Amino acid sequence: MTQYRVLPGPEHFLPPAAASMGIYLPNPGEAHINGVIVPEEKAYEEAARQFLMAQVPTIFPGPLVLWAWNEKAAKKAAAVRKLYEILKECVQPGQKPMLIPMPDYRPKYPKINPEVEINPNHPNLTIWHNKIDCCMFIGVHCHQANLSLKIIRGGTSCYTVAMCAQAGHEDAMLSFRDASVEKILKLGEWIRKLKGTVKPRLTTAKTSASN
Amino acid sequence: MAEIKSHIGTQNKKGQTYTDAWKMMHEAPRSPSFYTGSEVIKEALRRASCDVMIAYPITPQSEAAALIGELFAEGYIGDYFRGESEFAVMSQCAGAAFGGARVFTTTAGPGTMRAMENFPMWAGARLPIQMIVTCRGINSPLSIQPDTIEISYLLNTGMLVWHAETAQDFFDWILKGFMVSEEPEVHLPLALCCDGFFVTHTKDVVNLTPADMCLPPYDPYRSPVPCMDMECPPVRMMRDPFIMKSNYISYATHASWQQEIWAAVERSRKHTIKWINGLIDTENTDAEVVIVASGTAVSQGREAIRLLEDEGVRCGLVKVKSLRPWPGEEIREATKNAKHIFVPEFNVTGWLAKEIKATIPNSERVHAGPHVCGGMTMPPEIIASEIKTALGLRSESLAGRGS
Repeated sequence: MTQYRVLPGPEHFLPPAAASMGIYLPNPGEAHINGVIVPEEKAYEEAARQFLMAQVPTIFPGPLVLWAWNEKAAKKAAAVRKLYEILKECVQPGQKPMLIPMPDYRPKYPKINPEVEINPNHPNLTIWHNKIDCCMFIGVHCHQANLSLKIIRGGTSCYTVAMCAQAGHEDAMLSFRDASVEKILKLGEWIRKLKGTVKPRLTTAKTSASN
Repeated sequence: MAEIKSHIGTQNKKGQTYTDAWKMMHEAPRSPSFYTGSEVIKEALRRASCDVMIAYPITPQSEAAALIGELFAEGYIGDYFRGESEFAVMSQCAGAAFGGARVFTTTAGPGTMRAMENFPMWAGARLPIQMIVTCRGINSPLSIQPDTIEISYLLNTGMLVWHAETAQDFFDWILKGFMVSEEPEVHLPLALCCDGFFVTHTKDVVNLTPADMCLPPYDPYRSPVPCMDMECPPVRMMRDPFIMKSNYISYATHASWQQEIWAAVERSRKHTIKWINGLIDTENTDAEVVIVASGTAVSQGREAIRLLEDEGVRCGLVKVKSLRPWPGEEIREATKNAKHIFVPEFNVTGWLAKEIKATIPNSERVHAGPHVCGGMTMPPEIIASEIKTALGLRSESLAGRGS
């Protein structure tokens, strides 16, 4: 049994892949928090709590939900938009929810505009610029998501959540698997449920120096 | 992916029924057949719903490649052609896999070496291509005979590497290999190795699954990277210099990318254990003497154990089935009681013994041998003799006139 835990960084100059440290992906019906397998229900609560605690809770939708390449993707996109609206409804003054797309995986020349997008090759730039302290990846191809999640863990203190349509992500601090419209909306329900019960860390949020 | 229609229960153009892979491999009736290893490769491919096979002749895999051509003529393979060289074949395999096809190829010895640049590229691009490696000698002076040295070069490519002992392993693992390789969190190429000639050119009884059942087709929409996108890494990585630029972001991206490949190898562990019933097989590992081997060295080791039993020496056996993912924990557990660990190998460097020494405590217990190479056979008697010598028992000379 590994002692390694997937925690907010900045972890290391080059943090290890969590899978190489003995962290396993959840089975269907499960999720993981910090690399520990938990029932999915517990992960909804913790993800909602992290969102409501954050100063800049942010959703990063990727190409698999941004483009209407099939009917399901379009429905998921609508669910993501709904989740964002719920988040805006439920946060307190001073919190600033954001929805920043990862429209593709192209390296950006000459430099990315971090106010409008995030890129898997240098996701830390968008995190730093917007002072994002909690984010959720959804609709990002798994390889690119892991690339991003590890770089974020290495160089920022951002709490990462993955809503993965496949088997999940060890490199996120919290990961769901088999994401569906229902699961996205269920997270929204949990955010509503915990509204007003979680104290945002407005005064204790880390600045860009450590973020 | 939920939005992709399930093909299970429907028929392909040859009238085969797409069958749940687990049911096909574990529950469907089997029929015994007497085939060479090359013929077994053909029969496995017949049931594999393979989209593309690309061939190039090199002994001892040429027969298998030609037999798969017959399958194409019969309509079981989507496309089949001969590349210009092994390097070209492996590059063409990448192209087909980038396009979303289930891809299969075969190679051997110098062919493996000639194509080597492609294998880390396959892994880095997360292409679940399956490559049969029918191992043979690679060095000058030329030898087409069995020798497993080429496996050592594959171990650090990021590919999954399995080593079959028998034709039955081969048949089952070709089909199961696609299931492991194509898991979205794995999605890596598989080098399925066997000892050339010993497996490819000898006949054995192999229990085949029904020919009217086949694997479900590959679903490229579960890939962890876009099926093919000329504007995105890895293709863009290769045609423009972003990743090759000298700056911290480029380094960090590439480093994270490489880590992700090896993370995917780790993720294959649970699927490999599930599909091939563990990364190793063990027999009598409570004995003080244990043979650890892979490929046909396992068969020779098993026979040596029988010879030793006749002389009152009890010996255990560990059959290493998967080399990547590496069964480190399993080998540590299986050898914890052993005072002597023998690693017979068909290569000159003893790469398996080196891997085991790096894995277990008290590695002085490992006797790296016996080795044969360049096509020599490994009679069980020389394994038994090496064990008896190490134990201080009298052993007759096995070469020359002896003493």
